[in-house]
Order: sequence, then structure tokens, then C-alpha cells
Amino acid sequence: MSKNTPFKSRTAQCGTLESSDCLVTISESETSHIDYRGANAGIFRKRTEAIVKELLDESDLTSVAVSIQDNGALEVTIRARIETAIERFLQGR
Amino acid sequence: MGKILRTVLYIPGNSPGMIQHCPVFGADAVALDLEDAVSIREKDAARRLVTAFLDSLDFSRVYVSVRVNGAQTPYFKKDLEAVVPKGPDALRIPKCESTDDVKRAEEIISALEDEAGIPKGTVKIHAMIETARGLEKAYDIATSSKRLEALTLGGQDLLADLGIQKTPHGRELLYARSRVVTAARAAEKQAFDTVWTDINDINGLFEEARLAAELGFAGKAAIHPSQIPVIHEAYKPHPAEVARARRIMASAQKAESEGRGVFSVDGRMVDAPVIERARHLLRLSELYENSNRGDETS
Amino acid sequence: MNLITNGKGRAVPTDVPGWGKFRAYKSPFALIEEEPLRTRGCPAMKAARPGEAKVTRSLKDAIQRSGLRDGMTVSFHHHLRNGDAVLPMVLETISEMGIRNLTLAPSSLTDAHDCVVNFIKKGVVTKISTSGLRGELGAAISRGELDVPVIIRSHGGRARAIEEGSLPIDVAFIAAPACDEKGNLTGCMGKSACGSIGYAKVDARYASHVIAVTDDPVPFPLAPKVSISQNEIDQIVIADHIGDPAKIATGAARITRNPVDLKIAKNAFDLIAASGLIDQGFSFQVGVGGASLAVASHLREYMEDKGIRGSFGLGGIGGYMVELLEEGLFDVLYDVQSFDANVTSSLLENPRHMEIDASLYANPYTKGCMVNDLDVVCLAALDIDTDFNVNVLTGNDGVLRGASGGHCDTAAGAKLSVILAPSFRGGVPTIKEEVQTIVTPGETIDALVTERGICIHPRREDLLEAALKAGLPVKEIGRLKKEVEKITGRPETPEVDRDHIVALVEYRDGTLIDCVYKTRNT
Repeated sequence: MSKNTPFKSRTAQCGTLESSDCLVTISESETSHIDYRGANAGIFRKRTEAIVKELLDESDLTSVAVSIQDNGALEVTIRARIETAIERFLQGR
Repeated sequence: MGKILRTVLYIPGNSPGMIQHCPVFGADAVALDLEDAVSIREKDAARRLVTAFLDSLDFSRVYVSVRVNGAQTPYFKKDLEAVVPKGPDALRIPKCESTDDVKRAEEIISALEDEAGIPKGTVKIHAMIETARGLEKAYDIATSSKRLEALTLGGQDLLADLGIQKTPHGRELLYARSRVVTAARAAEKQAFDTVWTDINDINGLFEEARLAAELGFAGKAAIHPSQIPVIHEAYKPHPAEVARARRIMASAQKAESEGRGVFSVDGRMVDAPVIERARHLLRLSELYENSNRGDETS
Repeated sequence: MNLITNGKGRAVPTDVPGWGKFRAYKSPFALIEEEPLRTRGCPAMKAARPGEAKVTRSLKDAIQRSGLRDGMTVSFHHHLRNGDAVLPMVLETISEMGIRNLTLAPSSLTDAHDCVVNFIKKGVVTKISTSGLRGELGAAISRGELDVPVIIRSHGGRARAIEEGSLPIDVAFIAAPACDEKGNLTGCMGKSACGSIGYAKVDARYASHVIAVTDDPVPFPLAPKVSISQNEIDQIVIADHIGDPAKIATGAARITRNPVDLKIAKNAFDLIAASGLIDQGFSFQVGVGGASLAVASHLREYMEDKGIRGSFGLGGIGGYMVELLEEGLFDVLYDVQSFDANVTSSLLENPRHMEIDASLYANPYTKGCMVNDLDVVCLAALDIDTDFNVNVLTGNDGVLRGASGGHCDTAAGAKLSVILAPSFRGGVPTIKEEVQTIVTPGETIDALVTERGICIHPRREDLLEAALKAGLPVKEIGRLKKEVEKITGRPETPEVDRDHIVALVEYRDGTLIDCVYKTRNT
């Protein structure tokens, strides 16, 4: 899971748009950015961006765009969905 | 014989909306499902989600089991590696057919407990009997590990394996039920009954749950929160039974203090198994009095 | 604007351009105790000659005859709920007539009133006094599209304001499901029947000019039920439709099957039972859906079991309470607003189902409003803080999306006020360090009941003792807050512009308990 591992696919997703869940999409991108949407986008922005940064750093991922559509997910759910999306991204699924 | 578990509610392992409310459904136990409720494409997502909740959610007084994928699947080992370190109360292992199935799981679990620094034996095994072969080996399976706490009947898969259909009267599972209970009890373990799939048929559920109680199942699995109060009602002891149980316990204490080994209650001789049953009944009846007893106070 | 800090530590203005002077909130009963008397504002007495005709089919003519001018105040009731067509129709006509700068003073605004946004843009409406703001209108106000802050008043507070003359109504438009040619009207009959018109009764008594708008003119004399009599009605307009019946009287609300709501309801009922208040002569108010209604079903079983007969049910009356009345579990229902179609027929036919006006319901400046006699009230909340202050007005994003309603009134009057709420909603905790907007002060709240525990206000040691004795899942509110934050995370407070007040939250005694600010990111 290092910077030198070639990316096998352009995007990966995890989660759903159901209530209390979130849909996380990770894609290759020239510049890194985080797009956090949903009813909680205002009040949980800092929290969510911090989690994304933390998890991307852990996996040494740079140059990815992460978009999250949050339908009222708990922090524990958001975290789990991002982690799985990263895993899928790295596995090239 | 451990905690009383009248209900085990299956919770789909990839549904955060359901998992997050585990402590609220009123079930005595939950089975977070990584197997049948989760599609192949989502096995990884469900595994991570369940693991994360095991870590952060306060399940309160609910007994937490995880129904992992079968030992024959490529997911089994990964499920255990993710879940065991979080110390759930039990793993519900599908399609147990031999003592080897249990022993292999036992080995992996022990190693993982050790690695994670949790006391050996923390995570119990509930073995699912879902095939004819499994049914034949029920007693051996039940005695194959100290970690194994219960046998659970997987009715649907067993019917498929036997090549028969479910019927309204349910005779087709009568032998299987009795066999699983007997095997479990012979091994001094518990037995759990299979699910009732028709969510709208409350009466059918109640009848089947009463049958399960009468046959000696400690509890019954459920697939929807609305089934919980129905099953609990079916397990509720009769007030006359409870009163008798109290009399038995009182007489037992009296006999003990007077140095007598044998005594009778209501004209019937009372020995150890009867006292044990009375004790269990009183513990069970307490659940109905204190249905709202909190675990903490301010 | 000059701001001072009130009894809740919130900054409130003392003088608001467009409205005038305000006093700061001190405590729930401070002002009532210091100043128990208020002067009544009185409308003129108008003579009418025998045989004077009041009916017209032209709304425009009626408005002209009313003498409505720029800068005046018009009022409406919201008993037609999401099916109301009267407010939009009247404002449209007023707009066409070129009248501008009106103060809009309905009892509340619903999803049927998004059109007000346009009337604000056109300058037809420049000030608003209401109980609630939702949808597009709430969002527009939160963005700062109205120059003068909205005054949010509770049902009891609005009645007080009207009666004392703080909210003088020039022309009241009263949607009247059934009305005869003299102006005797009721909401209990007619194709757009809505049940009680309790909020409108105060308008009819105190407005300078009252216009009834009906789509079901009935032969004189209206019988058997007259909610507002002809001596308070100036004119009657006959229109094709005053509302959409499907949205006025929705089908009877059924008991929820949501496991979280059911757990909340069970916990709430157990608390109420432990309080010892459920006894002969018990009085009760409950909401019309969700966990609140499920409490009523537990109550029914308990009262049937123990042979308890309650004295009255109050509200906000839904079909379920009507069933309890018919079963003999309550002597009387006092109805200020009806939900469900079968409530309307009960109000019409059952002498023990009584229509009351907003003032009798909840105005603190009366010789005994009904909320003062309430034993138990079950209330909702958007969020609540660790001092038990409740917000029912602004969402997690700070946008206006709720109503004050009878919340602070019932909480102040009832012996036991219980908030029913899930511990988190949409991933956001319900218990906050501080709520964005205080509508009901914590001193009038006795308990918060969630699916994960019951939190009892520290000043209620007696209730705490009873709850513990009954083995209920009691938790200290700060503890529950932390537990929930562990799985939800701790939300930031929404970004608002503290220099721009978009709404003033008036407590039932007329003092300002809080302000709502312009939101930044919406």
C-alpha cells in the first residue's frame, strides 16, 4: 500500500444512499480534494475532512478525490465506509 | 448456565441504520450477520462496518454474537481475524457438520484472542446445525469444544438439504428440533431454535415460539424487531409455575439448613434437576418484572 | 440595535426598528409575578343596522370595504394546515390591488405558505409575526430576505399579544368551512371541514375588521354548532375553494412501528406511571404522531386495566384521543386544533368534546388557562441542551424549520413536562452543549426521554427518586450526551451572522428569550 503501487482502477465506492449510511467515492485525480455533501455537510465538515485526511495518510494515498454523500451516518459508519473504499481503490476493484 | 437469551435478532451486517440501534430493539441477543444478509460484493464492507461498531457502540446489556461466513468460504478467516479481537460474546458459525469444523474455528479464535491480549475463551461459539450430516453429528459437535456454548438450528437450510418443504404444522422439523435440543442438553449446552420467516403472521410465530419453549430451546432467532415481544411472551412462565418454583426454592433452603437431602413440595419429591429448573424459572420470570431495569443510574 | 443579556445568557435587543421595545426574559414566571395585570387592548364597537348584507363573491370588494391600507396588519389562522388556500388567495388579491408594507400575523405558517416568499419580494409583506416558519419561507427568512426580524410567538403568547394590543389586527381573514349569510361560522362542517378553529376565535374578537372566507355557504341559521358568532363578523366572502380537503384532514395517524420510537414511548410511559400522576381525574396532552402517540396507547391500556377515568385531554387533538374520550377514559376533550377527519365529527356531535380558543388554552394573562391544569404533557424537540433548554425552531444547520406552538406554554403549565426525542437523528446528537435557539426554558422541563435512557432535571429530586425506585433506565444528561457523541462525533455549531437577527423568539409573557440569526452557508 505504498506510493509506488500502481493504481489499477480509476474509482472505487463503498456504502449506500440509504438513511443512516453514506456513499463514499474515491477516484484518481490530479489534485486532492474532499467533497462532503448531505444534510450534515455544514456541521460535520471539519470532522469528516479530518477523518478522510487521516485515513488517506495512513494508506499513503495522494492525488485522489474523495466524495461523500452523507445521509445521516454516524461517525463510526463514515469511517468504516471510507476505509473499505480505500481498500477497494487500492485493490483495483 | 449463563445469560438467559430468549431472542437472538439477526441484524444485516451491511445496514448501519439497523446496527446502530441494536441496544434498542429489546432482544436479549443480536446476531450481526456477515453471511446470508450480505451480498458477495459487500462482504468486505460489512465486515469492516460490523467490526467498527463492535469497537464503538455501547451494546448495553445485549448479548452480541456475529454470524460469520462458513468455514468453506474465502471469507471465514478474514471474518474471524477482524471480529475476534473486538471481543464479541460469540461467533455463530454456519453449517457445522463435524467436530473438525468446530476445532478449526477454535484454533483460529484462540490464536486471535492471544494476539489481541484478550482472555482465552472470551469469544464463544454457537454452532449452526443446518444439514443432515450436521444433525447426525449434533452431540459430537456440542462436546467438541469448551468454547462451544450452544447449538442453533438452521431450519431453512436443513429443509433444503433434506429436500422437503416447510409446512404450516411444522412436523417436518420436529425430529431435528428434538435432536438438537437433546444433543445440546446432553453436552450441558444450550439450544436455539430457527427463525420464523413470515413477519406478518404473529400467531404462527407465537405458536412456534411456544413449541420451541416447550421442547426445551433456550431461545429463538428472530429476523425483525417486531418479533421480539411475541417470542418473549411465548417464553413467559405461568404465574402458577413461578409460585411453585418459589416454594421449591424456599423448601430447598429449609432442607439444606436442616441437613436434609431429600424433601417434597406439593406432594412431589424434589431432587437436584427440579431445583435447577426452579432456579432457572425464577431467573426467567425476573426478566418480565424488570423489563426496564436500567444498567446505570446518575 | 442595543443588545442585553437575558436570564438565559442570550443576547436580545431592547428596541427593534419596525416593532418597538422589548423586555428581556428573566425566568418562566418572573414577569407574571411582578406584573400580574395587563391592560386590555379593545377594538371599537361597531353598530350594524338590521338587514345589512355582508356577503360578497368578490374578495377584492371585501378588502376594499374593509379599508385595508398600506402598513396595516392582516391575520389568518392555520387550521387548514397544509391544505390552506385562503392565505395565498388573499395575499394575491391584496398584491394585485397595489397594497403594500403589510404586517402578516397568522397563527402559524405551513407548507402551503411558501408563496409568502414572493409577497416579501414584492414588498406586499414587510413584517411577520407567526408561531412557525418552514420550507422555502423558513429558508428565505434564514437567508435574511426580510428586513425586519420575524417575531416568533407561542399560541398562548400570540393570544396575549393580541389581547393586550401589542399585535393589533386591522383585518382578520378567517377561513370558514361552514358559514351562514350573517357570519355564524364553524370549522366542524363543510367540504373543507377542519375541526376546531380555536386560534381564529381570538382574532375574531379583537380584530378591527373581520372577513370570513367560505366555500360552503349554509342557510341561516348555522346549527347545531357555531364557533364564531355573527356579531364578530364584518363580511363574508364566498370562494370556490378555501383549501384542499385531502391535506386539511389527513387520515387518522396510526401508532408508529418504528422500534426507536416505540422504545422512547415505553420509557416515557414508564416514567409517567412512576410519577404517580396517572390517577382518577388525570389530565393529559400528547402530540399526534411518532413516539408521543404511542405513549397514549400505553396510557390507554393502563387506565383500562386500573379503571382510571381522566378528567381532560388537551391539545392538538387527534383521532386517538377521541377514541379515549368515547371509551370513557376521559371526561372531556378541550380542543384548540383538530387533526384527523374523525376529530371533526366528534367535535360536532359529542358535547364532551369542546372547542376552546387559544387564550383559554394557553394565555398566561387570563384567570386560568387550561395548560395550568395539565398534569402531563409529552412534547417533542429538535434538540436540547444539558440545562434542558429546548429548541423546536431551527435545524442543525441553523435554518428556520419549526414552530413554537404550544410548547413553552404547556411546559410551563404542566405538572410533568416530558420531552420525547431519539438520542440522535440523522447522525446528529440531540443533546447539545448549547442549543442554537432556546424556545422553551429548561426550568419548565422535567425530563428528557430517549431510547437510550431517561434524563431527569436535577431540580426534580422527587421524580428521580420515583424513577430509580421503579428501576427505570435513568442517566445523567451529560453522561448520555457523551455516550452518543462517541458514536456520532460532536457537531460544530452552524455558522451564523451574529450581526444580523432574522427572528426574535418571544416567550409567552412577551419577553425575548432568544434570537435567530442569518445563516451563512445555506
